[in-house]
Amino acid sequence: MAELIIPAIVSCIVAFFTVYVTTPPLIKFLQKRNLAVKDMNKKDHVMVVRPGGPSIIAGIITSELVLYGFFQINEILAIIITSFIAFVIGYVDDRKVMGGWFKPVALVIASTPIIFLGTYDSNLSFPLFGTVQIPALYLGLIIFMIPITGNTINSIDVLNGVASGFMIIASFSLSIALFILQNYEIAIISLPLGFVSLAFYKYHKIPSKIFPGDSGALTLGAMYGAIAIVGHVEIIAAVALLPAIINSFLFLSSMKRIVEHRQIKGKPVEHTEDFKLKATSDKTAPITLVRLILASGPLSEKQVGYAIFKLTIFSGILAIITAFMRVLI
Amino acid sequence: MKIGLFGFLFVMWILILAGGGILVTILGPFSISGYGDFDLLLTSILKAIIAIILVIVWILILSKLKNWIFKKEIKS
Repeated sequence: MAELIIPAIVSCIVAFFTVYVTTPPLIKFLQKRNLAVKDMNKKDHVMVVRPGGPSIIAGIITSELVLYGFFQINEILAIIITSFIAFVIGYVDDRKVMGGWFKPVALVIASTPIIFLGTYDSNLSFPLFGTVQIPALYLGLIIFMIPITGNTINSIDVLNGVASGFMIIASFSLSIALFILQNYEIAIISLPLGFVSLAFYKYHKIPSKIFPGDSGALTLGAMYGAIAIVGHVEIIAAVALLPAIINSFLFLSSMKRIVEHRQIKGKPVEHTEDFKLKATSDKTAPITLVRLILASGPLSEKQVGYAIFKLTIFSGILAIITAFMRVLI
Repeated sequence: MKIGLFGFLFVMWILILAGGGILVTILGPFSISGYGDFDLLLTSILKAIIAIILVIVWILILSKLKNWIFKKEIKS
């Protein structure tokens, strides 16, 4: 255990400062190229640059390579390659408008390094009840898991700071769960995700200076999914991710198909005169987590963000309880 | 926001735990024999079908719950 402390500290410092240092020049570069979009939830005409994915992937790759220098295990390579493929897919979508099917289908490719490097265990562990061996079914689970985690994080990236803030809470909950399960190596491998998100949150929090874009959100989500698989904590990871899963579930169950946000005609949320967010009564609009939060009355963007964080902390606590339940087996 | 969404999260968590219990206690030990080389394949297919049915039931319960919470939140 003691020999793991130095790699853990070094990789966390590298993860945090890589993003912290590279994001300001990235913002300037994107401003020069005029790669900015309007922040729809601001009263004034505010333009915010995107995507922040390049600094996020830089933080992930450098910190994980540092860890690979300490322990040469395939799990680290699987996480790096999966995250990088997700970044490329997201970057393509950032630069070129693709159909709603593109990201879920393309992210299947991002899950293949986990399979080819053999960094999974087909025993699915459930709290209290034990494990079930599902070799054929588990391969399907891997193929589905990366697109699901990638897209759920992307779909919750709707307000300033929400995607990165959400990822901080969910990933640290997952790391704590891995420590509880005494899966120390993977726990340490998972820490950079939280620190990368923490550093990016500095620039993404309200008022945002940069948006992560599809490249940033998919990278964070795919890395989270890869950690869940190589760490054998799929169920715990799903519990920590529940608010984002609810968001995707609500969206899909109301729209009945995979569709990009920009293709939706009905507006789920509108603004009041003082520019607070308010749920609409438009029946053609999708039901989303934000719309559900706003159902009881208008709130500011910051208040909605904090409401999502409270839900994420709650699900993070449930994930940690789930980890303790697994220890009881 | 009140308690509704926290309750929704909690119910999702309980459903995950219950689903896990069904998978481990019923689906886990389940196996088909008497078909020679096809035993493993048939067992896997049947397990996959039952797992998909469980997921569909899970989604249906959540859909009903979502509608109930959403209507309740608007009324309050």
